[in-house]
Amino acid sequence: MKNRLKVLRAERDWTQARLAAELDVSRQTINAIEKGKFDPSLPLAFKAARLFGLTIEDIFQDD
Amino acid sequence: MTKQDLPQSDWDANNKRNTVRLAWWTAAWVITMAIAVFGAQFVWKSIPWLILTGILVNLAVGVGMIMANRRHLNGLDEMQRKIQLEAMALSLGVGLIGGLAYSNLDVTNLIAFDAEISHLVILMALTYMAGIASGVRRYR
Repeated sequence: MKNRLKVLRAERDWTQARLAAELDVSRQTINAIEKGKFDPSLPLAFKAARLFGLTIEDIFQDD
Repeated sequence: MTKQDLPQSDWDANNKRNTVRLAWWTAAWVITMAIAVFGAQFVWKSIPWLILTGILVNLAVGVGMIMANRRHLNGLDEMQRKIQLEAMALSLGVGLIGGLAYSNLDVTNLIAFDAEISHLVILMALTYMAGIASGVRRYR
């Protein structure tokens, strides 16, 4: 699954650690999601969408 | 905000607390195990109530360690839990299959020595650690 987390994070000048703290996950998990190695659960995807003020589809796209 | 300015999140702090708590419970379990075994062998040799007390204390601390481990797992994020689950499944599978095969080698006298439970514990611990290392590498 592709996602725009890295772009959205860069737009806000956030580090992976900052985003991880906002979403209550580890920095390694953010890194894995950004690289497409780990697909987040629906609750985590909703949390990310709320954080960025977007819909899930705006952030995550099916391959 | 730089990484240095970033305040430690509640999740991160809680996770660290759970890890430290688990480490203390594990250390306590190992120590009470040593007391139960070596105490019975070298100190209170043939006093049944002391031997039983040592074993019961070790058992009680073991329950505390299990609860601390459960708390630690529940505090992890979803990717960390997935890594743990896969490592534990691997460890359980290898322990069960390897342990029974090892026992069969002993029962059929294909090995000259007794199959010790400690060997199985070592096998499971090494498999678990290999599973964690593999999971961490996969998602890096």
